[in-house]
Amino acid sequence: MNLDDLEELAAKYRAESKEPDTEIRVCMAASCQSSGAGPVLEALSAACADTPPGQCAVKGVGCMGLCSAGPLVAVAAPAAPLDEAIIYRDVTAADAPDILASITPGAAPVERLRIPSDMPFFARQHRIVLENSGIVDPDSFRGYVMVGGYAGMVRALSEMTPQDVINEVTTSGLRGRGGGGYPTGLKWSTVAKMPPGQKYVICNADEGDPGAFMDRAVLESDPHRVLEGMAIAAYAIGANKGYVYVRAEYPLAVERLKTAIRKAKRTGFLGNHICETQFNFDIEIRLGAGAFVCGEETALMASIEGGRGQPRPRPPYPAEYGLWGCPTLINNVESYANIPPIISNGGQWFAGIGTEKSKGTKVFALAGTIVNTGLIEVDMGTHLRDIIFEIGGGIPDGKAFKAVQTGGPSGGCVPEEHLDIPVDYDSLKTLGTMMGSGGMIVMDESSNMVDVARFFMEFCMDESCGKCIPCRAGTQQMHGLLDKIAKAQASRADLELLEELCEVVQATSLCGLGQTAPNPVLSTLRYFRHEYEEKLG
Amino acid sequence: MQRTPPDLPSNDKRWKLVNATMRRNGYAGHALIESLHAVQDAFGFLDEEAMTFVAGSLDLPLSKVYGVATFYHLFMLKPQGRHSCVVCTGTACYIKGAGALIEGIQERFGAAPGETTEDKSLSVLTARCVGACGLAPAVVLDGHVIGKLGTEQLCERIEREIAE
Repeated sequence: MNLDDLEELAAKYRAESKEPDTEIRVCMAASCQSSGAGPVLEALSAACADTPPGQCAVKGVGCMGLCSAGPLVAVAAPAAPLDEAIIYRDVTAADAPDILASITPGAAPVERLRIPSDMPFFARQHRIVLENSGIVDPDSFRGYVMVGGYAGMVRALSEMTPQDVINEVTTSGLRGRGGGGYPTGLKWSTVAKMPPGQKYVICNADEGDPGAFMDRAVLESDPHRVLEGMAIAAYAIGANKGYVYVRAEYPLAVERLKTAIRKAKRTGFLGNHICETQFNFDIEIRLGAGAFVCGEETALMASIEGGRGQPRPRPPYPAEYGLWGCPTLINNVESYANIPPIISNGGQWFAGIGTEKSKGTKVFALAGTIVNTGLIEVDMGTHLRDIIFEIGGGIPDGKAFKAVQTGGPSGGCVPEEHLDIPVDYDSLKTLGTMMGSGGMIVMDESSNMVDVARFFMEFCMDESCGKCIPCRAGTQQMHGLLDKIAKAQASRADLELLEELCEVVQATSLCGLGQTAPNPVLSTLRYFRHEYEEKLG
Repeated sequence: MQRTPPDLPSNDKRWKLVNATMRRNGYAGHALIESLHAVQDAFGFLDEEAMTFVAGSLDLPLSKVYGVATFYHLFMLKPQGRHSCVVCTGTACYIKGAGALIEGIQERFGAAPGETTEDKSLSVLTARCVGACGLAPAVVLDGHVIGKLGTEQLCERIEREIAE
């Protein structure tokens, strides 16, 4: 199969699906479902059945991003992007007749529910990873092909050698989206250079950072995109088997992923002789069981092998010695989701987006005390202030901004005076925090930073796997000291001890969890030291 | 030599579901976590009988099975109440008052996180982020995510579930 054949297939699907003039999309991602999207979908479908054939169709789609205003409903021409759609917020089943009435020729949109089309939350985004989210039906293989899906994989298989694929990814400048920011092309070529034999591709979907839900949204909204990215990776490095390691806390994502794998296999886009080539690739799902440390790559592999998720020292890196001792490529969900457009549009195209050292876009989960909570995708280099006050809509209830926390329990807090920095891997590091996987939690003046530091330390203490002493005992001691400070029972010597412990744990822990556990303390000490001092006796 | 898996512990049909999962994975040791998920889905928790059965079927030492079962937060070694209430304690929920929810539930129902009420009607649990930060503070009540509730409303909701 080549690209022409794929386009022919998409045209055939389009003809068979009898596309309506207008489609009504109901967000069926986890957040909107919890807000009552199910009954809205039913009511709209029932109302739609009474309209003339070919006028409209109702479908369930993935995340549109603005979770705080859910359930969201979009009215648009088939496959039209989100910024060309009329989007309604807080829709209930009772609104169905009005929405249906608005699509008859000449009728006006339902103004009382409508989100203004120039709302910065939507207008300022640049959707690459999320380009199909909220547009395609995640359970539909045909839907994905009709919007140009699998073109990256078909192009790679029919026109490129594995080395061409790696070159394209290297040119793109893509860096790992799981937090580390390691150059993806370099990782791929390391695994590709290993002697031929059994190799594995793993997708890390163990999104454990509290406050991060980017990967869940991608898996729930556009699962085929991730499978396509993994298949391209497998072709590039010479693997025939892949695993998606996904959290059991995301049942809907698991369900949609299962459906996607089944449909891709049935149509010959996964399995043996993919698209009538010699390339074989199969994907299996592995469920996590609630252990944050399994996001660490060596712990994740231990868990896939059926054991306790405990990390081991690196080197050897998974690229040399990974799953069952075989060379293994591990990337995160968002990294894989970036691959198909890079192959379709070329690495140069991707390298033209973002900053000098951080290319492309980044998906962030905005949460905490902020008006617009939800999922956004912006160019690398967008300023933090723009993200929080323009796109995020600022702080609710007239309160003042205090800090934004990025990078989860491994990251840190950025105060008001540093909000004018561009968001990229390196700038965030200079502020003592990190990009992380993309959680961004905004705190207003009512948050106490010692409590925040204690919260993260409690997290790390609970999630420490217990293998190495600095992390197992160190997080416990640090938590005890923070608790003492928070309760105003500590002395200056306790604070000094805490700072010393931070250094020791950072320098001597085995894996990333322990090495970065002190970061929330160090960063709050750096910017909010007075809040600690105020509590000392 | 071909190893024969042990017999099912009893006539309870749920063992067949567990066994089917293990068979689908070729009784391979690396399917341990999937197998324990299958037991928990069928029985609600893992007891010694179940762990011994899984260990025998997958040809693993019982110590390894117990080690894995206790390592992961999601596996329960005690029977759970008829209803479950999982309070998300992720960062966004923490900022928006998950702590108050936990205190409120404990006050009303007398069960702290990890505990089950004496009449076995409710188990209270916590989770490290269920990824519903847009709905913070989020709670998973009997598998359904609900959000943006105050303590009072949540407790009423739980009482309604228990009464039904």
